[in-house]
Amino acid sequence: MADPDTHSRPVEFRGGGFAPKPIRGLGPAVFIVLFILWEIGSRTGVISALVLPAPSEALVALRDLWVSGELWLHLGASLQRLLMGWTIGSVLGIALGLLIGLFSIVRAGVSPLVSAIFPIPKIALLPLFIIWFGIGEESKVALILFGTFFPTVIFTYGGVDNVDRSLIRMGQSFGLSWFSIVRKIILPGALPAILSGMRVSSAIAIILIVAAELIAAEKGIGAYVQIAGSLFATDQLIAGVAILSVLGLTVSWLIGKAERFLLRWRN
Amino acid sequence: MDLHLEGITHRYGDMTVLDGIDLKIESGQIVCVIGPSGCGKSTLLRFIGGLERPDSGEVLQVGNAPAESLNPLTYIFQDFALLPWRTVEGNVSLVLEDHDLSRHAAAEIIEDVLARTKLTDFKKAFPRQLSGGMKQRVAIARALAVKPAVMLMDEPLSGLDAQTRELLMDDLIDLWSREKFTAVYVTHNLNEAVRLGHKIVVLSRRPGRIREIVEIDTPIDGRRRGNAVLNQTQDVLWELLREEAIAADMELTNG
Repeated sequence: MADPDTHSRPVEFRGGGFAPKPIRGLGPAVFIVLFILWEIGSRTGVISALVLPAPSEALVALRDLWVSGELWLHLGASLQRLLMGWTIGSVLGIALGLLIGLFSIVRAGVSPLVSAIFPIPKIALLPLFIIWFGIGEESKVALILFGTFFPTVIFTYGGVDNVDRSLIRMGQSFGLSWFSIVRKIILPGALPAILSGMRVSSAIAIILIVAAELIAAEKGIGAYVQIAGSLFATDQLIAGVAILSVLGLTVSWLIGKAERFLLRWRN
Repeated sequence: MDLHLEGITHRYGDMTVLDGIDLKIESGQIVCVIGPSGCGKSTLLRFIGGLERPDSGEVLQVGNAPAESLNPLTYIFQDFALLPWRTVEGNVSLVLEDHDLSRHAAAEIIEDVLARTKLTDFKKAFPRQLSGGMKQRVAIARALAVKPAVMLMDEPLSGLDAQTRELLMDDLIDLWSREKFTAVYVTHNLNEAVRLGHKIVVLSRRPGRIREIVEIDTPIDGRRRGNAVLNQTQDVLWELLREEAIAADMELTNG
């Protein structure tokens, strides 16, 4: 037998990783590099102007929109429909979601219906809405309302179901009224899920507003994109899409703000 | 106000969890309930506070709760059950809001119970910022705020580490010495039982029956750690529980 091995070495490190770290500025840098490559491609002719306009052209189209004042016209029309449909859809959705979460009879009766209607692409219903509500604002608002209502219902009652039962039991054990338990324990407990639902429904709302405006509108970002598309004015089309992207980012940023404020007890 | 349990029997499906429990809980006493896991001690506590109903038998309230008691039967839970979206102060305030109290009176009660549980400096903190021991002190403050006639404590110290448990036990003894509250204290920790109990009820494994009631005469505030009588009682209790615990353990693994 040889002498016991007394050679010492550091223990091999096996931990680390699996912890995403924020890297400042990388996201915007990728954006900028992509745009520069795109611009270079367009200018050198690698990307044909017919296939894709240069970013600079889209920027010019955007500036024209701004200068002519049409930007606010279109954006205003879209935002108005969006806000009305989304607000009413969310309020009604939260209300029905709570009812489903709280009452077995509503759950048994209504939740299968909700599950059945939820997966329908609401755009398919637009012709029906136009027949029911006319070609004007009502049918567009109704489409958004309908589209945002169902996910809100599902997220809300999922949130109610997930409220810690021990907290409800605590409320009962201290003799809190039914109404107090709903307002002070169930609603705040379901709030994280409700806000997640609003994030999802806001994205749906933006998709639907454009779809509605593509078919029947003179004003609105969707209408602008539609007109640009039919004229093959791809620079305007890209400008319109960029506006939609910014709109989506803004809404999601606002919801993030709301979450940080309303759920500040979390972290 | 006393509580009398008469013939409490309960089944979950065809499994009897509690079988003919008779027990008297006298005013000013702490009754500890111990037993192997799954013997139905927490279920029993839920019956006592009216959160669940037994299949047969009754929990009787003998005499009236003091007039100033806002919630005569008040729980302290193992998992604290604090609302994470309310501050320490807000969690105490929650249980006062449904009562007809002036803003001033409520604030006074909150101030008082937070002082008694040494939480005054933390009243604006959210539960996530607090250690387990602090959270349980908030829950105790909340319970004190409604001036209970009987405190129903469901393994209140079981979620805490050993040092914190010792400190909180001292706090409880302190609180009890100052005003002799009545309590039913469910635990699986024999040391807590001999330190805090006037009466220790030993339950058998499923179906839970009362195997023995051990009384300890040493005053609660005079019980020191390492006291010979207490150690001896603890040994007696362990002898009673040992076989039950082993059997209960086998039962669970056999499904």
